[in-house]
Amino acid sequence: MDLPCGTFSENYAQDMGILRTKSQWITLIAFLVLLFACPLFFSDRMLTILTIIGITIISVLGLSILNGYCGQISIGHAGFMAVGAYASGVLCAKLGWSFWAALPCAALAAGAVGLIFGLPSLKIKGFYLVMATIAAQFIIVWLILQLRSITGGADGLAVPRPSIGNFVFRSKSSYFYLVMIITCLGTFLAQNIIRTRAGRAFVAIRDNDLAAEVMGINLWAHKLLAFFIGCVYAGVAGSLLVHYVAYATLDQFPFMNSVWYLGMLIVGGMGNTTGAILGVVSLKLLDELVIIVGPMLSSFGAPPQAAASLGLIMRGLVIIIFLIFEPRGLVHRWERVKAYFRLWPFAYRSNERG
Amino acid sequence: MTFLLQLVISGFANGMVYALVAIGLVIILKCSEAFNIAQGHFVMIGGYLGYTYLVEFGFPIWASLLLAIATAVIMGLVIERLTLRPLVGQPILAVIMMTIALSVVLEGLATLIWGGEYKSYHGVLPAVTLQLGELSVPSETTIMIIVSIIAVAVLMLLYRYTKSGLAMRATADDIQVVQSVGIRVTTVYALSWVIASVVGVIGGILLGGISGVMVSLSAVGIKAFAVVLLGGANSLKGAIVAGIILGVLENVSAGYLDPYLPAGNLATVFPFVVMLFVLVVRPYGLFGQVRIERI
Repeated sequence: MDLPCGTFSENYAQDMGILRTKSQWITLIAFLVLLFACPLFFSDRMLTILTIIGITIISVLGLSILNGYCGQISIGHAGFMAVGAYASGVLCAKLGWSFWAALPCAALAAGAVGLIFGLPSLKIKGFYLVMATIAAQFIIVWLILQLRSITGGADGLAVPRPSIGNFVFRSKSSYFYLVMIITCLGTFLAQNIIRTRAGRAFVAIRDNDLAAEVMGINLWAHKLLAFFIGCVYAGVAGSLLVHYVAYATLDQFPFMNSVWYLGMLIVGGMGNTTGAILGVVSLKLLDELVIIVGPMLSSFGAPPQAAASLGLIMRGLVIIIFLIFEPRGLVHRWERVKAYFRLWPFAYRSNERG
Repeated sequence: MTFLLQLVISGFANGMVYALVAIGLVIILKCSEAFNIAQGHFVMIGGYLGYTYLVEFGFPIWASLLLAIATAVIMGLVIERLTLRPLVGQPILAVIMMTIALSVVLEGLATLIWGGEYKSYHGVLPAVTLQLGELSVPSETTIMIIVSIIAVAVLMLLYRYTKSGLAMRATADDIQVVQSVGIRVTTVYALSWVIASVVGVIGGILLGGISGVMVSLSAVGIKAFAVVLLGGANSLKGAIVAGIILGVLENVSAGYLDPYLPAGNLATVFPFVVMLFVLVVRPYGLFGQVRIERI
């Protein structure tokens, strides 16, 4: 992390600190205060968007650990979300568990399924792994359809809202608080997971798995651990999503979402927790823009399907443009802007971080 | 018995088309080590092109095929130049994401141009019936078998006996040597994308004749992935054999097992089961080269 001049680490705790300067603390606290004040001045529609963004951030953080840090590409993340969603949905709706007990179980279920589909990663990588995870997505969806007596199949499953005692998280603002607390905890955890011994092993595996193995990293354990952690995040996100909508259907977890999560990572910046969050926020806002602009097209004489195709084309083009012009994502661009203003008005180039 | 034979024959016809589409994947994979996720979307575009030329313009099948191939050549060239060329030398994830993004854009364009609706041109193709003993093969299946066999044969001949084929095989072998003897690698890349797009479009026209065209026709690409994995990622022969195996197995197993499954539809997951099995048991496929990796 580039720090301002004159910031010295005098002991180990300071060296490891995520937040080092007063301004960082102030920004964080101001951000949290603003975030939790949102329900006071935002409409329900805005709160829905923010809640969905929060849930997506949880899911993409998992993908960021799995893909951005450990280098194991997964295009089945929406499938793993579906596992968590249906696990917690079935536990709550059919067995009458409370949400708070079902959520960890859903996370573990998604993690376990992730472990199963992570098994091929020991032998294969690159596009072979992409194929295996795409297979995961479709097989999971097919299995959920087959288990119609438990999951409701194509009809879906009505899921109760979470509650504490007599208080039910029914209003938009109460669910917003629930999701945001879990999102903040998840972000904090993700940022710390990658600073542990296992996290550093993930980075080593991403950069060169053979070299990592030679240095004594247990590839088997760490690749599976990465799959487990990534899918636990997906499971939590899936569970939160169905309890928010109060209904679980497979339409909530299409293959396109798996692809789109990877797109968010690319736009935000691979291998960076901030990048994952930036990517989710910017692409979700782009989606909202398309929803607003789409219907306007027909008033300019565009055919009725233009609105639907606009969304697809925009999504594809954004990813293409980022891959060609800014493969390191928004977070890299942001670092460059910060470096520029730190040195302003001098034109010295700061040494770029890799 | 007749039921089984019927399933085998229609499975064989499907399998030949899978093989054809998979050859496009294998050629790109061999030349530029890029995995083209958008291959299935070439098939979908092919189906819609077939609908446009056969039904909307009313051309005969041979003219439609030629026009569709011409369109596919342009599409392949444009896609390679605009999106894949800037990524030469980038990590594999970037290339995979690029082809995924490409597939999304193609889907969007198909929705924009053809409305993303179900279009059918059943019965527009000429009637050719084939009588084998007591079972009669429908004309679409016959055309599918004939055209795909011709296309596969032409491709194999191109690849084996022409100078561009030689350049492609050489590029697959060693890029640096190829560059040092003065072959333009970018031309070879462009050629491989053109071939992929042409075989995809031909496959799309053939499949569209049977099942009609809609955006979900792009799922054929996923079957082609399974074919490539089963046959071995760098083997054309493997793609053909595996295509036929997968087509027949899928049809026969779906024909016999679907009645016993609560939600049926085994054919949609069958390729994935094959894929996972192959990846775990024999990652280099039936005919693929075993690669030894060095640091």
